[in-house]
Amino acid sequence: MKASLEWIRRYVTLPETATVTDIVDAYTRIGLEVEAVHTVPPTDGPLLTGRVLTVEELTGFKKPIRFVTVDLGAGNGPDGSDEPRGIICGATNFVVGDVVVVAPPGTVLPGGFAIAARQTYGHVSDGMICSARELGIGSDHEGILVLDRDTETGADARDLLGADDTVIEFAITPDRGYALSIRGLARELAAAFDAPYTDPAAGRVRPAEPGPSVEIADPARCSRFVAVAVTGVDPAAPSPWPVRRRLLAAGIRAISLAVDVTNYLMLEYGQPLHAFDARRLSGGIVVRRANAGEKLRTLDGVDRVLSDDDVVVADASGAVSLAGVMGGESTEISGATTDVVIEAASWDPPSISRTVRRHRLPSEASRRFERAVDPAVAAVAAEAAAAMLIAGGGGTLGGRTDAGGVTEPAPVVLALSDPERLTGRPFGPGVAATRLAQVGCRVQARTGESGRAELVVTPPSWRPDLTRPADLVEEIARLEGYDTIAAVLPAAPAGTGLTGRQRRVRRVAADLASAGLTEVLSFPFMGERDLDALGIPGGDVRRQAARLVNPLDGDRPLMQTTLLPGLLNTALRNQSRGARDLALFEVGQVVQPRDNAPRPPELGVQHRPADADLTALLSAVPPQPRHVAAVLTGRWEHAGWWGPGRAADTTDIIELARRIGRACGAELSVRQAELPPWHPGRCAQLRLGDWPIGYAGELHPAVTERLGLPARSLALELNLDAFDEPAPPVPPAVSAFPPVHLDVALVVDDGVPASDVTDALAEGGGPTLEAVRLFDVYTGEQAGPGRKSLAFALLVRAGDRTLTAAEALAVRDAAVARAAERTGAVLRG
Amino acid sequence: MTPPSPGPVDPTDQAAVEAAADAALAAVAAAADLEQLRDARLAHAGDRSPLALANRAIADLPRSDRASAGRAVGSARARISAALAEREAVLQAERDAAVLATERIDVTLPTDRYPAGGRHPISVVMERIGDIFTAMGWEIAEGPELEAEWLNFDALNFPPDHPAREMQDTLYVGNADGTPGSGLVLRTHTSPVQIRSMLGRTPPIYVICPGRVYRDDDLDATHTPVFHKVEGLAVDRHLSMAHLKGTLDHFARAMFGPQSTTRLRPSFFPFTEPSAEMDVFFPDRKGGAGWVEWGGCGMVDPNVLAACGLDPDEYSGFAFGMGIERTLQFRNSIPDMRDMVEGDVRFTAAFSSEV
Repeated sequence: MKASLEWIRRYVTLPETATVTDIVDAYTRIGLEVEAVHTVPPTDGPLLTGRVLTVEELTGFKKPIRFVTVDLGAGNGPDGSDEPRGIICGATNFVVGDVVVVAPPGTVLPGGFAIAARQTYGHVSDGMICSARELGIGSDHEGILVLDRDTETGADARDLLGADDTVIEFAITPDRGYALSIRGLARELAAAFDAPYTDPAAGRVRPAEPGPSVEIADPARCSRFVAVAVTGVDPAAPSPWPVRRRLLAAGIRAISLAVDVTNYLMLEYGQPLHAFDARRLSGGIVVRRANAGEKLRTLDGVDRVLSDDDVVVADASGAVSLAGVMGGESTEISGATTDVVIEAASWDPPSISRTVRRHRLPSEASRRFERAVDPAVAAVAAEAAAAMLIAGGGGTLGGRTDAGGVTEPAPVVLALSDPERLTGRPFGPGVAATRLAQVGCRVQARTGESGRAELVVTPPSWRPDLTRPADLVEEIARLEGYDTIAAVLPAAPAGTGLTGRQRRVRRVAADLASAGLTEVLSFPFMGERDLDALGIPGGDVRRQAARLVNPLDGDRPLMQTTLLPGLLNTALRNQSRGARDLALFEVGQVVQPRDNAPRPPELGVQHRPADADLTALLSAVPPQPRHVAAVLTGRWEHAGWWGPGRAADTTDIIELARRIGRACGAELSVRQAELPPWHPGRCAQLRLGDWPIGYAGELHPAVTERLGLPARSLALELNLDAFDEPAPPVPPAVSAFPPVHLDVALVVDDGVPASDVTDALAEGGGPTLEAVRLFDVYTGEQAGPGRKSLAFALLVRAGDRTLTAAEALAVRDAAVARAAERTGAVLRG
Repeated sequence: MTPPSPGPVDPTDQAAVEAAADAALAAVAAAADLEQLRDARLAHAGDRSPLALANRAIADLPRSDRASAGRAVGSARARISAALAEREAVLQAERDAAVLATERIDVTLPTDRYPAGGRHPISVVMERIGDIFTAMGWEIAEGPELEAEWLNFDALNFPPDHPAREMQDTLYVGNADGTPGSGLVLRTHTSPVQIRSMLGRTPPIYVICPGRVYRDDDLDATHTPVFHKVEGLAVDRHLSMAHLKGTLDHFARAMFGPQSTTRLRPSFFPFTEPSAEMDVFFPDRKGGAGWVEWGGCGMVDPNVLAACGLDPDEYSGFAFGMGIERTLQFRNSIPDMRDMVEGDVRFTAAFSSEV
């Protein structure tokens, strides 16, 4: 909200010494955030009020041009004479007799705009008639500024223009609806300075007397509806300049007397008002829910189809206003309106919020009604509007209808110990009561049960946010200043540090980084097209993804079920920026929605949900295990002076997967697998025991081609949450006896996985076969067609003695025999 | 070169012992390189050398001769041993000077055969914050990013239809058929983890909740729709805003140096009452030491405690939260937040594993 400081100060008696900086600091200190401070940029030289004496329309030009003579008063004419000045002007929004603002030659307007007498359009233009924007007091540039007719001419215009005023732009938090008004801002400033405050809404209004017919058919949505009639207003009467100036300061353009008055009083009191053209209303006013499908053309010219959750002001013809949000076109104030009905109502905030969202129609009025509008100020505001209309445009005051009423806010009992309990600082006697009175509360001290000192606090009608002791403590604390609160470090109970899962994630990430991979954090969204590019078939569980209603990127409305789309996309971005050899990894959650998952139950917030409801709530949230994924493209060993380097290959990515396993305290086993997006012959399944926890291998050539990644790029993805807390490792008894090294070459069918042969050897060799290491694979003539020869180094050693050669050979033979039995391996001669 | 095999030496023959010693010292002195010295050592000080044999023969002498023979042989062997060590040091130095010099390589040649990896600075900052708080006895709590709306909003005292919900610009999760109203959202803060903590355990609760959050916002130099937050929650008996301030001041010093501190400005959040915006005094701020907006905080709203089954008259608590990207941005003078989300390896490489 933008507000003129001059207007605010009218209701606060601040110390003479208070500067704008002091005021801004005070607002900030009590919690009203100041977003910006605007001052009128200086004009150098005279700015004079002048009366238009003659207007000559010049013809023959592309746009309307006028030659105007202006009386600027004694001594302000050409060369210090009393004569009028002749001025060329392109605006047409003024007539003879109007008072305007003239910058005579020599004056420099804001922005370094120097005025000089010049020959133009066949005349000497001896100065300039200014618009609000040229004067730096507003953005209005549709015409020149026209002041009130009774303004003295030849006077310095600066005071009238508010050149010394400051406009403060506030960011008001949603709990402080009352601060969206001069009334509220002045009260806050008074409290901040402990300065006297005058409530602009104080004072009596005349008693209600029969006015426009009003029926509130939905009292839950409308607690009060005040309507005042005024007849016989001059439709051409302009708003007085001081009203228009304050509107300009608030960033609101003057439109007509009736509209300006409603805007002005909304700013002053915080009560949005609506003016109907009374002659265009047919029959009495009814406040009701809209009928589903009912139509209303709002003031912005849009035809709106209403919901039965919207509230409307209706007459015999149907809806004439979308209540609290925007008026209707059919009863809009026009240039011919003489009879006006002014509405000042109190609407249910959630209902207004829903209507605003449904119709995407935020307005100055709805912004206030969504927060809080003082229901007690409705009659005051409506009567003030009528009075301003009559003062500015003549007319006769009609009756006032006041339907519904004001509910007094419930008192809150504040234990006098609560402010210190919640802020940690003591408050002097009477401070709480004084501060609460400053914000408008009625405060009564009493001794409660068990002798507790209490305040019974009745909040004012404009503070529906004050309902609990904590709310009152905030008021006391903010006005006393948060900077008066000391810093005390609380002692938490001794903790146990990170959980096993947290340690695991840290170790994996640190280990991959030291292995040479760079961590990235990609956006976790994907689209069907990303899955298509990965060749993931229909029906694959990875296609069962959570879908966003309002995705950031329409092409990627799904939450990732695998980290690969985002990670590969990041690899592509790096590649497009010139990186050739990439080693990236990412740790992140994936979302795995279940089939037919139940909706979360609707739960209240008055108390803790029942255990069954809580279980239902938590189980409605899909599982989101933490995954790790990595991608390698290009060379693993760089090219350099040492040689051409080496491309990353399948062994590198599988070893990285096993390395992740070791970082998690587990030795992963490897199985041959086939799963898109991996190459069907180069895909390893990683297992923890018998449990598959992920895959590693070369990406399918079709996938790298579709994505534009280098051929033979590699990827892995593992579920980190599948790792259990490892049992404390028990190391083997380390034998100090000498080992026997034996090599064997075994021939098996090509299709036999090497790990099967290794496992069979280890099993057959028993505990004295300390290690089995495959060191060579040979295919060729000597192995035979469709066969391969695997060479193993066996290390045989006993824990309790030095083995004889015969004993070692027996171990070897047992190992080979088991391999033969399991895999058909034949000892190569 | 094989040295001539000297004859046996009688250990009682002083002159013979001296002669053998002289021969040995001469051979040591004559050794031109380490290989010749090894041969000399073998010939004159090895197990089969004359003096070694003479030494062993002492045991067979009559008792009366043993002492003087032992002294003579021992002294001779000690002199040889010393000469060997001295000569070895000289020859080694010569070898180092001459031979190793030819093996010199240019050690300034590139050594980066393998890629240098690194952690993302956002992860590093979050771990560091976790360490600061676990050092105080707090625990790190985590939770799902796709979250129940009740946990993200309702339980945090966001009334339905209240404008405060709009402050959050939520990304909503659809039903299986994509229609709205699933009751699930992408969490807009890590506060649902606070709710889960309060529902899942009894006070005292001291948890820090780092994690990724989502807002329907445009990506630009100072905003990103997907970002990271760290939030803290303490619920205990007798906690006040003074404890909040003390915790924030300690946190600020740990992150920004011993001169740092925080200040609170009254503000509004649905889930805290009283509420405050928090500024941190950053001594190393770009453009000069000064205050920087760092996050929001306050005392846990009584409605939030009640929704979690905690009695607001018995327990009080405080909570705070700040954006990690924003923290890193001003702390490390990063001009464009997009660098933090795009995953360009050149950006991350600048951090390696420390921020």
